[in-house]
Amino acid sequence: MLIIKNLHAEVEEKQILKGLNLTVNAGEVHAIMGPNGAGKSSLASVLAGRASYHVTEGEVTFQGANLLEMSPENRAREGVFLAFQYPIEIPGVSNINFLKTALSEIRAYKNLPPLDAKEFLRLSREKQNLVEFDAKLVNRSLNEGFSGGEKKRNEIFQLAMLEPALSILDETDSGLDIDALRIVSKGVNKLRSEKNAFIIITHYQRLLEYIVPDFVHVLYDGRIVKSGTKELALELEEKGYDWLKEEHYQKEAREKEAV
Amino acid sequence: MPNDSEIIDNIANKEYEFGFVTDIEMDIAPAGLNEDVIRYISEKKGEPEWLLNWRLKGFHSFMKQKLPEWQNFKMPPIDFQKISYYAAPKSKKKYDSLDQVDPELLATFAKLGIPLSEQKTLAGVAVDVVFDSVSVTTTYKEKLKELGIIFCSFGEAVREHPDLVQKYVGSVVPHSDNIFAALNAAAFSDGSFVYIPKGVRCPMELSTYFRINTENTGQFERTLIIADEGSYVSYLEGCTAPMRDENQLHAAVVELIALENAEIKYSTVQNWYPGDKDGKGGIYNFVTKRGICKGAHAKISWTQVETGSAITWKYPSVILQGDYSTGEFYSVAVTKNKQIADTGTKMYHIGRNTRSRIISKGISAGEGHNSYRGLVQMGSKADQARNFTQCDSLLIGDRCGAHTFPYIESKNNTATVEHEATTSKIGEDQIFYLNQRGIDSEKAVALIINGYAKEVLNQLPMEFAVEAQKLLSITLEGSVG
Repeated sequence: MLIIKNLHAEVEEKQILKGLNLTVNAGEVHAIMGPNGAGKSSLASVLAGRASYHVTEGEVTFQGANLLEMSPENRAREGVFLAFQYPIEIPGVSNINFLKTALSEIRAYKNLPPLDAKEFLRLSREKQNLVEFDAKLVNRSLNEGFSGGEKKRNEIFQLAMLEPALSILDETDSGLDIDALRIVSKGVNKLRSEKNAFIIITHYQRLLEYIVPDFVHVLYDGRIVKSGTKELALELEEKGYDWLKEEHYQKEAREKEAV
Repeated sequence: MPNDSEIIDNIANKEYEFGFVTDIEMDIAPAGLNEDVIRYISEKKGEPEWLLNWRLKGFHSFMKQKLPEWQNFKMPPIDFQKISYYAAPKSKKKYDSLDQVDPELLATFAKLGIPLSEQKTLAGVAVDVVFDSVSVTTTYKEKLKELGIIFCSFGEAVREHPDLVQKYVGSVVPHSDNIFAALNAAAFSDGSFVYIPKGVRCPMELSTYFRINTENTGQFERTLIIADEGSYVSYLEGCTAPMRDENQLHAAVVELIALENAEIKYSTVQNWYPGDKDGKGGIYNFVTKRGICKGAHAKISWTQVETGSAITWKYPSVILQGDYSTGEFYSVAVTKNKQIADTGTKMYHIGRNTRSRIISKGISAGEGHNSYRGLVQMGSKADQARNFTQCDSLLIGDRCGAHTFPYIESKNNTATVEHEATTSKIGEDQIFYLNQRGIDSEKAVALIINGYAKEVLNQLPMEFAVEAQKLLSITLEGSVG
């Protein structure tokens, strides 16, 4: 579904991704971990097409097409969804109206007519139940005055509504208490299928107890320095990242010598 | 993704949609204002002596006054002697039916999308059209007449209902009020007149559509609305003007009188020509609007969507004289390119338990400047009076400005005044967030703007709310890539 090859990117002339490789297939859940400043959120921004990030080298193929050539809205319409680390507030725009617009735009892109009011309402109810989203928040202004947890849960509700092929969860667990974490995870687990894939960016192993990943990758210094299965996450929890940093620098030194 | 300068350039490139000129032969008074011109206007209109004398009083106060200096922009020099104060389509002055109206004129109105002919009117909008200085036709007049409602041009009201006009004209905005009001009193051309009898609820929206067509003419219409005890009326005015390089002056006066238990809702969608992207041309919109809640439990509500004009200078106000009376002001003002808006309201609380509510939403883009200026005055007898003011500013780009000048004067310590203000910017983050959900930047901005202005747009009559929403989107079209 997603093939990232040798991806280099910079923001404000600072190199933040330095040759990242990753392949994600349908039906898989990949966790990306790593210390602060490793480039985890940058990867999410680059994939979603945030303007301030510039790709300097490498390629990203999404469902056979060149993702990097697409506008941010077309990436979304093609099925890339980013659950934001800090969801944005938009006063006066109701959550439900916003979702209706978004869904209609995505459907129009696929040459589908918009859902009529009744169908839309039915879908919205179904998804609210699925991800245990408070009905009161549905008609409120988009994220305005929502608590941190409510915002994150709204991201998952949107994910459920828009049914993307690839969902990138950018530190969705940060700022969540244990109950909210459980509800969010439950929602994601219900949405997992053979047809879609998830990239879960997180600092902590905790989330991965609820959403069990197929693969765990450690991102450090703009590259994936180690990949494994869910056991790797446990190892990281126990040993921290320092041993990996050490390994990384030794490897880099060896490479330099070889050159 | 576009950057701010592209955003601004794109706004600037949006052309004014209503900038065509209608070619009709006009009766135009020579430029300049003096007693002779006023007598000429008055005579052309066949006015009674008292009105001519009132105009002359207005002229004398005009001569004594200077242009104001307190506003938050540099007042351009206005040569009042270069303006022609009277222009009317040359053909028959009064029309008995639509068939007699110049087809060019009808075509113009068709282009503007005004439901002039009654047959075409679906929504039940009665329109009084003022084309330059003469009211062309008033639709639905007969239907309204059955209810005793008077809805006609000001000129006709002077002829048919002189007592009402004489009793109320200048009673809320005196001829000496300010220089532009004085100018209007001296030279007003035509306008609309509404009288709603006791206990009558006007069954349709009344609407006036103003248009400035002729070069070098000012438009000085005067509107007088009287809602008798227990009556209700909703009134809407819309405005456009052709594109011209030179500035044109629009100095209107609106007076509203709500008697006991009466309610007047006055909505404006103003889309005068704003000038080009370098600030050349455009309308100077210097308008005095004021209403009085004369009786107890009366209510006056002003709603305005201001997207046009080079300069907008207006402060629709309410004098809350009757106990338990209510004044409201809802405003969305958009400035882009080099447009200037200095607008707001004044709420004068005189009676006990009077209430006022002010919601002002400014939107600035390009190099536009938007000022909210408001006065809330609590008089010594205004026991338990309450005011709530919310005034928000939204900025697009970093070359525009938003300013707030709230004034509060309270002489009664049982009165409550609340003021809230916010300033925000349409951020790239907001647009990116919507992009990431499949919404393109153009739609994203429209969504954000309409969300921001919703509280005000909700106050407009349904069909006009939709129009205003579109107008806001069109005005800021191309604001991003």
